[in-house]
Amino acid sequence: MRPFELTVPATVDEAVAGGHTFLAGGTTLVDLMKLDVVAPQRVADITALPFHGISTEDGLRIGALERMSDVAAHPGVPAAVTRALLLSASQQLRNMATIGGNLMQRTRCGYFRDITMPCNKRRPGSGCAALEGNNRMHAVLGTSRHCVATHASDLAVALVALDAELRITGPDGGRTVPLTDFYRTPGERPDIENDLGSGDLVTEIVIPYPELAANSTYVKIRDRQSYEFALCSVAAALDVRDGVVAEARIAAGGVGTIPWRLPGVEAALRGEPATEAAFTAAAEIATHGTTPLAHNGFKVPLLKRTLVRALLELTGGDER
Amino acid sequence: MDIALQINGTTEHLDVSPGVTLLDALRERLGITGPKKGCDRGQCGACTVHIGGRTALSCLTLAATVRQPITTVEGLSTHDQLHPVQRAFADQDALQCGFCTPGQIMSAVAATAQGIDDPDEVREFMSGNLCRCSAYPNIVAAVRSAGSEERRTDATV
Repeated sequence: MRPFELTVPATVDEAVAGGHTFLAGGTTLVDLMKLDVVAPQRVADITALPFHGISTEDGLRIGALERMSDVAAHPGVPAAVTRALLLSASQQLRNMATIGGNLMQRTRCGYFRDITMPCNKRRPGSGCAALEGNNRMHAVLGTSRHCVATHASDLAVALVALDAELRITGPDGGRTVPLTDFYRTPGERPDIENDLGSGDLVTEIVIPYPELAANSTYVKIRDRQSYEFALCSVAAALDVRDGVVAEARIAAGGVGTIPWRLPGVEAALRGEPATEAAFTAAAEIATHGTTPLAHNGFKVPLLKRTLVRALLELTGGDER
Repeated sequence: MDIALQINGTTEHLDVSPGVTLLDALRERLGITGPKKGCDRGQCGACTVHIGGRTALSCLTLAATVRQPITTVEGLSTHDQLHPVQRAFADQDALQCGFCTPGQIMSAVAATAQGIDDPDEVREFMSGNLCRCSAYPNIVAAVRSAGSEERRTDATV
């Protein structure tokens, strides 16, 4: 690890003014610093700042410094979010990681973590080792010729599906950004992953209409039963009335360079009967625009099947 | 940086550079070698300790950021009396080489405190602690047996 200066800002103004790299639970940042993948000179431990608490008044509001385990245990949190959290990482990591930090974790792959390999995200212009390398875990949606890494957060997939918003504070004041507009696909600049500027800090996560999530779930498919990233995951919320889909919210993880909302699938489901045949037809739309690599073509049919399974689970039709 | 750590009921004052992990501070500076350095990447769980009563990975925690009391495996037993979870690991033969055991035990203490008993839930809870010797079935048995022992003891109080 390279030497750095560590401060503990007592106020938000102090934190956002300094050009710091922010440290909360540290589960990603400390790891990447130890690997020399990142080497910030000034680090601010923000855990003393007042971004705590979970409130169910006026939507669901969660302070960015709440721990993953505490959010998962809160009764006011929708099922899709709770499941996404409990299927993430290990219990130790869930005790450490904050939900703000979870959303800010780096989009990454094994080549990003290995400083002996080329990586456009770590060293812009050096190339992408995954394109011709081992790319079984990589993305099939939102990729570019510069980067194909997946966004690893399960929580973000559930929050993107549920129209969550981020409250952000920074040197120029506060703003609110829908999570669907927050993440950036790699394009020409895989080193830029989101909408935050220097000094900007996520302070709160808001689900404005949690009633949409009353009937919601998160299905995660992975190589191991526990403590593993998603090969594919789907967050879904469904409002079914008289056997017909009135409203749907769907996003996929493990397949995209960002948490991947699927508005085309949602539109195809609205007004259709809540049957496996209708779900299967709508799921076909999820695969539009997929660009598989040498080793991850299996994710395309897996995405369809995961989506259908999530929808069947929400309609009581999944007996598997 | 001058820091003060509360470890197993004792306050320790240290001068550390900001990049020193809690694991290195414990092992290299304070001689508390229960927490083990397995992967040093937050993947194996051998360095698991409790911070503020919750499990945490000491290899991914910077010592200078810790403000709550720390418990390591050394802090579990009282005098020569093993903690029920330690006793259960011995009784159930829940180890072979023993390198992962202090971390396993710190997670197991948290599991029993939360009343986790269903085998699938025990396996899920313990999945952040890898055992290279693959003593997993006996580890699950130890967690369940320690939990039922604690519940039995509670019921007789």
